[in-house]
Amino acid sequence: MGYYQIKKQAKVYDAVIVGSGAGGGMAAKVLADNGLEVLVLEAGPNYDSAQGDMFKWNYESPRRGAAGKYKNFGAYDAAWGGWEVEGEPYTQKGNSKFEWFRSRMLGGRTNHWGRISLRFGPNDFKRKGIDGLGDDWPIGYEDVKPYYDRVDQMIGIFGTVENIHNEPDGIFMPPPKPRAYELLIKNAAEKRGIKIIPSRLSIITKQLGDRPPCHFCSQCGRGCATYSNFSSQGVLLRPAMKTGKLQIATGAMAREVIMNDQGKAVGISYVDTTTLQEYQVNGKVIILAASACESARLLLNSRSSRFPNGLANASGVVGKYLHDSTGASASAFIPKMMDMPRYNEDGTGGMHLYTPWWIDNKKLDFPRGYHIEYGGGMGMPGYGFGGGIEKLNGTVPDRNGKMRPKGGGGYGKQLKDDYRRFYGAYVGMSGRGESVPFESNYCEIDPVTVDRFGIPVLRFNYQWSEHEVKQAKHMQETFNQIIDAIGGVRTSQTPGEDTQYGLRNPGNIIHEVGTVRMGDDPKKSALNKWCQAHEVKNLFVTDGGPFVSQADKNPTWTILALSLRASEYIVDQLKKQSI
Amino acid sequence: MDRRNSIKALVVGTFSTSILVNACKPGGKDDPKLAHEHKQDVKGDKKVDPYDEAIMKKVFFTEQEMKTITLLANIIIPADEHSGSAEDAGVPEFIHFMAKDRPEMQTPLRGGIKWMDMQCIKRHEKTFVDCSESQRMELVEQIAWPDKSNPQMLAGVSFFNMMRNLTATGFWTSEMGVKDIGYIGNVPFQWNGAPKEALDKLGVAYDEKMLKECLSFDEGKV
Repeated sequence: MGYYQIKKQAKVYDAVIVGSGAGGGMAAKVLADNGLEVLVLEAGPNYDSAQGDMFKWNYESPRRGAAGKYKNFGAYDAAWGGWEVEGEPYTQKGNSKFEWFRSRMLGGRTNHWGRISLRFGPNDFKRKGIDGLGDDWPIGYEDVKPYYDRVDQMIGIFGTVENIHNEPDGIFMPPPKPRAYELLIKNAAEKRGIKIIPSRLSIITKQLGDRPPCHFCSQCGRGCATYSNFSSQGVLLRPAMKTGKLQIATGAMAREVIMNDQGKAVGISYVDTTTLQEYQVNGKVIILAASACESARLLLNSRSSRFPNGLANASGVVGKYLHDSTGASASAFIPKMMDMPRYNEDGTGGMHLYTPWWIDNKKLDFPRGYHIEYGGGMGMPGYGFGGGIEKLNGTVPDRNGKMRPKGGGGYGKQLKDDYRRFYGAYVGMSGRGESVPFESNYCEIDPVTVDRFGIPVLRFNYQWSEHEVKQAKHMQETFNQIIDAIGGVRTSQTPGEDTQYGLRNPGNIIHEVGTVRMGDDPKKSALNKWCQAHEVKNLFVTDGGPFVSQADKNPTWTILALSLRASEYIVDQLKKQSI
Repeated sequence: MDRRNSIKALVVGTFSTSILVNACKPGGKDDPKLAHEHKQDVKGDKKVDPYDEAIMKKVFFTEQEMKTITLLANIIIPADEHSGSAEDAGVPEFIHFMAKDRPEMQTPLRGGIKWMDMQCIKRHEKTFVDCSESQRMELVEQIAWPDKSNPQMLAGVSFFNMMRNLTATGFWTSEMGVKDIGYIGNVPFQWNGAPKEALDKLGVAYDEKMLKECLSFDEGKV
């Protein structure tokens, strides 16, 4: 047409929210429930977890459920997106190996996550006071507790009251009974002084509103057709739509925060990912909940003469203090679990028991703890099933009690029977730990690279410190203790120093936070304790960005509690006309 | 820039286009973006993912290679009194798909088949497929037992391990294999804990705290 047109909408929403995951979904629900006119921008397409792949069989997939190029967690995983998103690259500085998972879809990464919904404890907000590393949050557990309580009631979570100081109890629905092998792990671990308690997962075991209780198919990651687990789409956005106050624009990739001459945020410019048409929408309040790194990217890309370092970034901290959970894992063959009687062991998605951090770090050579997640048993056979049997079937006696003269491997009817005997005789365990946030771990705008929309992309710079490496070493030692106590055999060698003890690359655990951190001092933080930008009073960030430190807990429950808290503050401030 | 158009751009109007309207109905079938960007994996849509369909249409293995794969898969998992053979369960087609989906598998598979053929040709002047059953089994015996194999046969052992693993996955994830292995989940269910025989087998039990705190269903009601 020979001209270029940005479509600007006249309407001024009370709030424009960028991102529809946990932080954006909660903000949308709270604001819409309070009668405010809300617009949510989501970069991906529309999605309803009712359309997920629940109850599909792996044989319906030509790769038998294996991960593919765009399905990093298996053929039926709900996430649309992954470690690579076509046309939306990111880059690394030096030998940094940060991995950035993006779900481009309504509900974001809440569609496929593990539903592990742990509260931060009193210590988790004040780590600097304990070990002198990093920084304390400007708020404490007592500030967030009432919001955690309400998130528990609004969304639903199962668990048990355990009265552990730094693992605060919530308002729990009854948990499912442990699986048989989980009891075996529990007994073994407890012999070694390692605590195991019922999981705390946001999967409902009782009716909650219009959501029926879990039907125990264990496929939460595929998207739940009955909304019996937490996803932002099913549990927050779906009811929020019923208020008539919420509009959602999908395929809307935010480009910049639009500012006026008075230094107030007035809107968002975005590009429609299908038509490439440019739009501008207006809001009295702008809320970024695009994910820690994506929100930092938006701020850093919103440069102007007034904000030359990017928006809300006079402190220079935006993008810095990026930190993910640590992760390392082990799997083991458990001879005792061979020839198990068959029963439906699916249960809820994920584990029914887990290990919260159980040691005082003062007794250790690393400062922060980790929790352990467990898996195993007789799940639906999928890609990889039966792999590596040649290393194991020679190590145990036959059904007739005799060792095989030729050792492991083989073929034929005898081998076929081995697979039946070995089915479900494995357990896996994964440590998820707290890392220390450093200013030197950051994302920044790559000066030369843009994505397919012309938006400058992120460049990552992230190195683990000795603290995380020592923690991973400890994880491996713990795994071996537990495996040993069960009478199991590790299925692969214990990783050593050369691989940082199996420590996964930063970003790989998908708990990245800290890039737009909160604080009382505007010189050292981007946001105040209400997730409000120090420099722009009507600009808020409600994803993982505001986190000062990550704890060894999964971040979602804290994102939800902080977003609820910030959103009610916004409602109050709008009423008072002070933003 | 055309003046009239630039004015149009500046006139701030509502763009109540289909984006916002359709987006108000989560899961609405008329969302053009949904149709455009994610044709795949929508429940009820039995059509094959176009990405997968393109892979299925490709041919990598020759007929002779497919015959070799089929013979080996059936040697690894034959029919028995519980279920059919690897071939009955569609394992050769699965291996063919995986080789196309994961190109890194192509060389070890094709090279392994060729290695076996050369062994057979040296010994019997025939390819593996054309050998007699006893000739084939003589070679298989030499590569099927990693703990006891001749170091000169390690290339064959490695290939046979790969074939064993692919055959196992292909067989046990098939409908026939799932039934045989005894996986009885993937249905709506009331989880009431493991049955006594499973607990007894592992020497574990639910303690009183668990029984009191955990969700229970009336056995009769299930």
